[in-house]
Amino acid sequence: MNRQMDAELLIDHFQTMLRIRFHEEAIKKLFAQGKIGGSTHLCIGQEAIAVGVIGLLKKEDYIVSTHRGHGHMLAKGGQLKPMLAEILGKNDGYCKGKGGSMHIASIELGNLGANGIVSGGLPIAVGSALSARMRKTDQITVVFFGDGASNEGNTHESMNLASLWKLPVLFLFENNHYAVSTEISRSMAGSMAKRAAGYDIPFTEVDGNDVEAVHFAAEEVIDHVRSGNGPFVMQCNTYRMEGHYFGDAMVYRTSAEVEEWRKKDPILHVEQLFRERSILTADEIASLRAGIQAEVDDAVAFAENSSQPALDSIFSDVYSEWQ
Amino acid sequence: MEALREGMRQAMQQDERVFVIGEDIGVYGGAFGVTAGLIDEFGPKRIIDTPISEAGIAGAVIGAAITGMRPIGEIQFSDFVVISMEQLVMQGAKMRFMFGGKADVPFVMRLAGGSGTGAAAQHSESLENWFVHVPGLKVVMPSSPYDAKGLLLAAIQDNNPIMFFEHKLLYKTKGPVPEEMYTIPLGQSHVVREGKDLTLIATSIMVSRAQQAAEQLAEEGIEIEIIDPRTLKPLDEKPIVDSVIKTGKALIVHEAVKTGGFGGELAAVIMESEAFAYLDAPVRRLAGLDMPIPYNRNLEYHAVPQVENIVEEARKLVKGQY
Repeated sequence: MNRQMDAELLIDHFQTMLRIRFHEEAIKKLFAQGKIGGSTHLCIGQEAIAVGVIGLLKKEDYIVSTHRGHGHMLAKGGQLKPMLAEILGKNDGYCKGKGGSMHIASIELGNLGANGIVSGGLPIAVGSALSARMRKTDQITVVFFGDGASNEGNTHESMNLASLWKLPVLFLFENNHYAVSTEISRSMAGSMAKRAAGYDIPFTEVDGNDVEAVHFAAEEVIDHVRSGNGPFVMQCNTYRMEGHYFGDAMVYRTSAEVEEWRKKDPILHVEQLFRERSILTADEIASLRAGIQAEVDDAVAFAENSSQPALDSIFSDVYSEWQ
Repeated sequence: MEALREGMRQAMQQDERVFVIGEDIGVYGGAFGVTAGLIDEFGPKRIIDTPISEAGIAGAVIGAAITGMRPIGEIQFSDFVVISMEQLVMQGAKMRFMFGGKADVPFVMRLAGGSGTGAAAQHSESLENWFVHVPGLKVVMPSSPYDAKGLLLAAIQDNNPIMFFEHKLLYKTKGPVPEEMYTIPLGQSHVVREGKDLTLIATSIMVSRAQQAAEQLAEEGIEIEIIDPRTLKPLDEKPIVDSVIKTGKALIVHEAVKTGGFGGELAAVIMESEAFAYLDAPVRRLAGLDMPIPYNRNLEYHAVPQVENIVEEARKLVKGQY
């Protein structure tokens, strides 16, 4: 029989997953209204991974995130108001409107940054893990990367170094099956399991849409990494429910495929567990949903009302001090 | 190179957050011997040998810098920095800005550059201006042992990412270096020699070649003023502008190829300043030929400015032949 998460923790995770989902849905609306520019990458369908893994971390642990990183930040303690303010390019955002969706970070919260460069975070994770060891802390670094990043040189250099130096890094492979339009079978030779084995790094693979499976797998993996046994590669299989970016026509995949994955929606899965285990009634679930939706609506209003960065602040953060 | 080593040693003695990471820097002492012996004093935990993994070195340095350490990375031959460009340019340089000023990225990346060793096209380049073009980075280029130590210590204490370009031929240069710790502020040009007839702005090894040229020209009664910017970014413009106002002529000498090199930037600085009105000849650039560094020693010699080229160019400029 599968292990079951404590009901209270499952409810807690459900709420964080909803917060991420509704945050992303809010961005879709803001984008459609023309209030967000650039390119925004939504993590709808991938919420269980962020929540299941990051939910086990300590505040002082590090995560290194990706361009599809809103969920990672919200799971690491990121608040809706500064998140949405940042995505709207406003002064109250995590990066004062200077970074935007692809660069959301908070060193204070232990998020060393989302990243606009696919695979750009992996070498940085080697550095933060090295630093943690040199400073004699038990901090670990969880670095998220996707099927696209898995084929970059950065990824291979980082796995080699982390294994060679037995660094406390969890390589969290979010396989959402698509790198922009390229499906993983057309991009990846071999498998992540074999690649991890090649670097002598232990490997595990779970259903990334099942928050319980992610939680229990990550629990063991994190324990291994924190105990000084070196890195681990954990593969979470999931699906990018949205396009690569908002407005993607998705000509590269069939609606039947999308519909098939929609049935495996990680949030609907938790609701199913609530019913099966009589943890929450339909009314209680609806009430939780309404509560989170209200939080998100409130944060959207806050972000929309936040001020624009002052023009005279344009240069202020390029250097720590200039001359 | 002893000046650089002493700077690193003193910084590591003073601040346990400082460490050095790079290829073959431990027992081997680095490809040019700059880190020789440091592993005996500080051990392999602070003198970290890496595989050949330039992106990994850069990432390690950046990740450590934003989490409380003050790393010194070494790129064995500066040419190899191209493998780490993504980390340095896309991550380290702009992290502070992207994060709304809420991160410090205090690292120094030391790079051994320049030609003159017969190492051919992939081990001899001068790529400093690539980094001058990247907001968020500072770029330092010492030309003497004294400057090397003082600038390195200033760079280690600085809270920004710094590219520190050393010239391989300068590792054997002798010169007075105080034993105690001292810093030379980044962003201070140095008037190396005073003169009234021509302002010669030179970087790295071209400073000593310019000095030799100036001595020869002094015998002809031509007095050259030599200015070494020492840090290309931030650039201390005032001494350069003041000097050109005094002499009315400017010659810029660097080893990197001319097109797109730092000389173009210096020329623009002069011409955008009040010194423009004082110019009585065109601003001239003497730089590396627009080509890869050749292997053949004779061709290599002719690919970059030498003392005799500087003498000739300076003489023509002073005598009004342009």
